Amino acid sequence: MNASVPTFSGYGLGLRREHYRDFLETAIDVDFVEVISENFMVDGGRPRDILRRVRERHPVALHGVSMSIGSADGLDRAYLERLKALVDEIEPLFVSDHLSWSRFEGFNSHDLLPLPYTAEALDVVCANIGLAQDVLGRAMLVENPSSYVAFDGSTMSEWAFIDAMCQRTGCHLLLDVNNIHVSAVNHGFDPVAYLDGIPAARVRQVHLAGHSQGEDMLIDTHDRPVPTPVWTLYEHAMSRLGPVATMIERDDAIPPLDELLAELKTARRIGTAARRKAAA
Amino acid sequence: MNLAALQGDFRGWLVEASEHAARRIGPAARPGLSVYQNNYRTQLVTCLAETLGHTHAWLGDEAFLAASIAHIDAVPPHAWTLDVYPAGFAETLARLYPGDAEVSELAALEWALSRAFTAPDAAPMSLTDLAAVDWDTAALRFAPSLQILPATTNAAAIWSALAAGETPPAAARLPEAAALLVWRQDFAPTFRTIDAVEEQAIALCAAGQDFTALCASLAETLGEKPGMARAAALLGKWIGDGLIIGAAPPSTAA
Repeated sequence: MNASVPTFSGYGLGLRREHYRDFLETAIDVDFVEVISENFMVDGGRPRDILRRVRERHPVALHGVSMSIGSADGLDRAYLERLKALVDEIEPLFVSDHLSWSRFEGFNSHDLLPLPYTAEALDVVCANIGLAQDVLGRAMLVENPSSYVAFDGSTMSEWAFIDAMCQRTGCHLLLDVNNIHVSAVNHGFDPVAYLDGIPAARVRQVHLAGHSQGEDMLIDTHDRPVPTPVWTLYEHAMSRLGPVATMIERDDAIPPLDELLAELKTARRIGTAARRKAAA
Repeated sequence: MNLAALQGDFRGWLVEASEHAARRIGPAARPGLSVYQNNYRTQLVTCLAETLGHTHAWLGDEAFLAASIAHIDAVPPHAWTLDVYPAGFAETLARLYPGDAEVSELAALEWALSRAFTAPDAAPMSLTDLAAVDWDTAALRFAPSLQILPATTNAAAIWSALAAGETPPAAARLPEAAALLVWRQDFAPTFRTIDAVEEQAIALCAAGQDFTALCASLAETLGEKPGMARAAALLGKWIGDGLIIGAAPPSTAA
């Protein structure tokens, strides 16, 4: 089992193309930045150059979307080797991906598809995380997904699945508070029970984001500010968690950087107050 | 249902919208499955439109969307990165527009520029570096971003006009077939039209032939003096373009 990932307490933003210049040319008030790993798992050119230069200024977390740790037919070794090369160069704070699957027998959906929460799926996920951690030489962070489908065959709750996954693999968690809210509304579970059910000590990073109302359910669009129910849930989460790195995750309709920094300030205020209250 | 069967059915639902697969996944899943189906297709259409923006502009929204749907139905994504999904789109367009070769050539050019953008880094040789080269044995090594595309139409002129925000010219066939040389200078993908002599010269060098063989080939094609002059001109041009990253005997050039 790989060594535990050190904690990092701070507030950061996702590095998006629209803000490259800001991050390269000015002093931005963040404690870290997170990048989408796959955007930089390229052979060369401007993306790698930008990441190297940003890394000189800020700690970087690598957040992946394509590992497909829920694939029944295992992981893509070439993908892992490429990620490992990036990890070795960037020396990131964290390496994370999602509790989901994208790839099966040569097909890749490029979406974060849901898993049934069964003993068999747990075996698959744990085996894949184990392999990834062995190749990367470090423990990963696994993010709870948002989902639009619940399977009749599931035999445990998502949080029970996550708890077992952490125990068996030694992995850490990237807790996406928006995803909890979205899935709780879509599937009718209690988000506080979820938060109380996950192993809080394994959480190293927190994502905050917005969502939109679809026809029948909430859609995890990451295209708008963090809404009130997510802030409320975040406040509860921060009262339970140890030192974590909190991040605003915006992937679409990217606003000017100042707007995201203002949102991050709100996260800082809520997070600090919740921790102070919990410690009192 | 085990996990592999479930993932196979999910693939069947996404790729073929198979109702049988949807029923096997479960009745409770039906509303959510539509969200995933929509996400899957929207993401692929967006990827094609963003990578091939000028092809999109040339065809118009409706025709580009129809071509995208035809491609998505025919070629499900397989690679770990979405970035390579547009790889075969030019071939799909060639099939859909057999009488309009500029459409597929425009898409091929955009895809080549996209590939060049993230090709491996390699420091180009400068004119100063040439002084140390033993030209009797040197084989030229090109930048890894270099690609050569066949050109039978004015797709390059259409691309340039669209990139400049100008009205593109009407599609036309070139008086004689040429080629497009695509590569990256510093961080900027670029291209230029080359003639058959330059295309053959590059192919010869890329095959590992040394500079002496290149000169001999050009002398045979163009005559002794013009051949030597062209070899010198090509070398100067390639160095100026940042295309040459090494000049050493073939055994050490790799």
